[in-house]
Amino acid sequence: MASVPVRHITTLAACLVWAGSVASAQTGDAEAGEAVFSKCAGCHSVGPGAKHRIGPHLNGLFGRRAASLEDFRYSRSFRRAGAGGLEWHADTLDAFLENPRALASRTRMSFRGLKDAQDRANVIAYLRGFSDDPSDIPEADPTRQGSERDLDPAILALVGDPEYGAYLSGECTTCHRAAGGDEGIPSIVLWPQEDFVTAMHAYKNKTRRHPVMQMIAGRLGDEEIAALAAYFGQVQE
Amino acid sequence: MTLDRRTFLGTSAAAAGTLAAPQVLADGHGKPRVVVVGGGAGGATAARYIARDSKGEISVTLIEPTRMYYTCFFSNLYLGGFKEIRDIGHSYGALAAGGVNVVHDWAVGVDRDARTVALAGGATVPYDKLILSPGIDFVEGAVEGWDLSAQNAMPHAYKAGSQSELLKAQLMAMPEGGTFVMVAPPNPFRCPPGPYERVSMVAHLLRTNNPTAKIIVADPKPKFSKMALFQEGWADHYPGMIDWIGEDFGGGNVSVDPGAMTVTIDGEETKADVCNVIPAMKAGRIAGLAGVTEGNWAPVNAADMSSRADPDIHVLGDSSQQGDMPKSGFSANSQAKVCANAVRGALTGSKVFPARFSNTCWSLIAPNDGVKVGATYEATPEKIAKIDGFISATGESAAQRKATYEESEGWYTGITTDMLG
Repeated sequence: MASVPVRHITTLAACLVWAGSVASAQTGDAEAGEAVFSKCAGCHSVGPGAKHRIGPHLNGLFGRRAASLEDFRYSRSFRRAGAGGLEWHADTLDAFLENPRALASRTRMSFRGLKDAQDRANVIAYLRGFSDDPSDIPEADPTRQGSERDLDPAILALVGDPEYGAYLSGECTTCHRAAGGDEGIPSIVLWPQEDFVTAMHAYKNKTRRHPVMQMIAGRLGDEEIAALAAYFGQVQE
Repeated sequence: MTLDRRTFLGTSAAAAGTLAAPQVLADGHGKPRVVVVGGGAGGATAARYIARDSKGEISVTLIEPTRMYYTCFFSNLYLGGFKEIRDIGHSYGALAAGGVNVVHDWAVGVDRDARTVALAGGATVPYDKLILSPGIDFVEGAVEGWDLSAQNAMPHAYKAGSQSELLKAQLMAMPEGGTFVMVAPPNPFRCPPGPYERVSMVAHLLRTNNPTAKIIVADPKPKFSKMALFQEGWADHYPGMIDWIGEDFGGGNVSVDPGAMTVTIDGEETKADVCNVIPAMKAGRIAGLAGVTEGNWAPVNAADMSSRADPDIHVLGDSSQQGDMPKSGFSANSQAKVCANAVRGALTGSKVFPARFSNTCWSLIAPNDGVKVGATYEATPEKIAKIDGFISATGESAAQRKATYEESEGWYTGITTDMLG
């Protein structure tokens, strides 16, 4: 096995930590979000009878194009962003709340942002309760961000060819050790095949955010991922 | 599914060894017993899957009063003339042949302590797990002037079968240039796009047979499912025919007089030649009798559709209050598979996989003009939560819309086979 340069391991480890914090931000607690919203309530109102104040009201926010309420005077910056296609969904709100000027440079919202990912997830979950409910309007926005389980069952049902997998595995074992071991780089041997396929597709569809793995998985087809899963699921050293 | 294989084997072994088997033995009967109330998309699917997958280890009884099941889905296509009534009718014969004990009777009570279901015919049926999938009933007094005794003059046609045939007959007999009025329901209700697909199908029927007729929809809601798609379709196919009166224009302020055949919308009285009243809905009556409802619906745990009030009772489909899934046949069918897997696991120690749900609703706007909306869902501790979704776009090509309609026909065959065998 080729040895992995130490610097490389450090970079990967940092990426894994980052990916972990993104995953934890996917679940918001609406009740906790109501408390977080007190930071916003000076300028924004939400709920029955909410009206524009210094900022626009936030009812029906999800799925709405930015700067699209006709009776509110938005900044030029936001009008431009809206015209450019910016819509409010969990992911865009998360980015906006983390750093408002990242999405609209000259927004009049004088707020430095919520740095804590869980605070953002909570307040997003709270605000979500004041937009259309998918049980009444099925096309309404998601109430959860996509998970890595969001896979076509047909993909999970594919039976991979382990021999083909052995061939393909050469690309993986440059970094991952065929004998297992997970210092610096995770072990990928003897995984349940479903977990392996799920994870690889999560990279492929960019749910998992490791850039190297996105690149590697991005060019693997469904059959190839299944073959790799079959191979690594039964590999013996 | 990311369930770890070792954890999973350990759990199921423990369940088999310490929970399910002693419970069954202690009850002093050989086979665990599942009773399902309601033979629609939720109940029939659950009964069939449990009977099939337990391979005789579980006794399954389905209690369903009607001998012929008419699907609510596609009943609008019957109104529009795209289906015959027999096309949407299904017997329970294949389900019985598949090992389900089908009892045609009404469930009229549940004794949760004794774990028995009382039937109108006088019998008492014991259960280890009870699955309630009774669909919907109507909230009394929801539309001023209307009650069930008026359903012949002003049909709801929101439980398919004789009501659908009645509404169709009234539409066919409508005088030239007459008026069809629909009173649409408030949220939440069965099949969110259903009333609007119906408006489309009635418009198609009238366009063909009675082109000067008018359609008025009184709606208590400011918007509805697939609204942009329907409104685009109505403007294209039925210009000037449909007057939708939403909440902003008093669509929720409605009373009817079934004797005089008048409808008063926000103070203005209209003479109706045919009036379709779809009142506010609630869980099927047996759910309330079983004591598992809060308000109008029965809250459930998303992971296995078990009632929040009783772990031995599961509630499926329209009656359940589960979170983000729309009340639809597709949803009920999806929930039934999760429930069947969990119930079998609890009773026999079989593998229990993580819940995963999905839904798609197709609607027909005009011949070969089909649209769809759908989403995937997962179980969280609080509810069934929507993960991702899609909807047909406005302005799609005719070929795309035709393909969508053809897909819906394939789905109809698929789901009815999946439910009933």
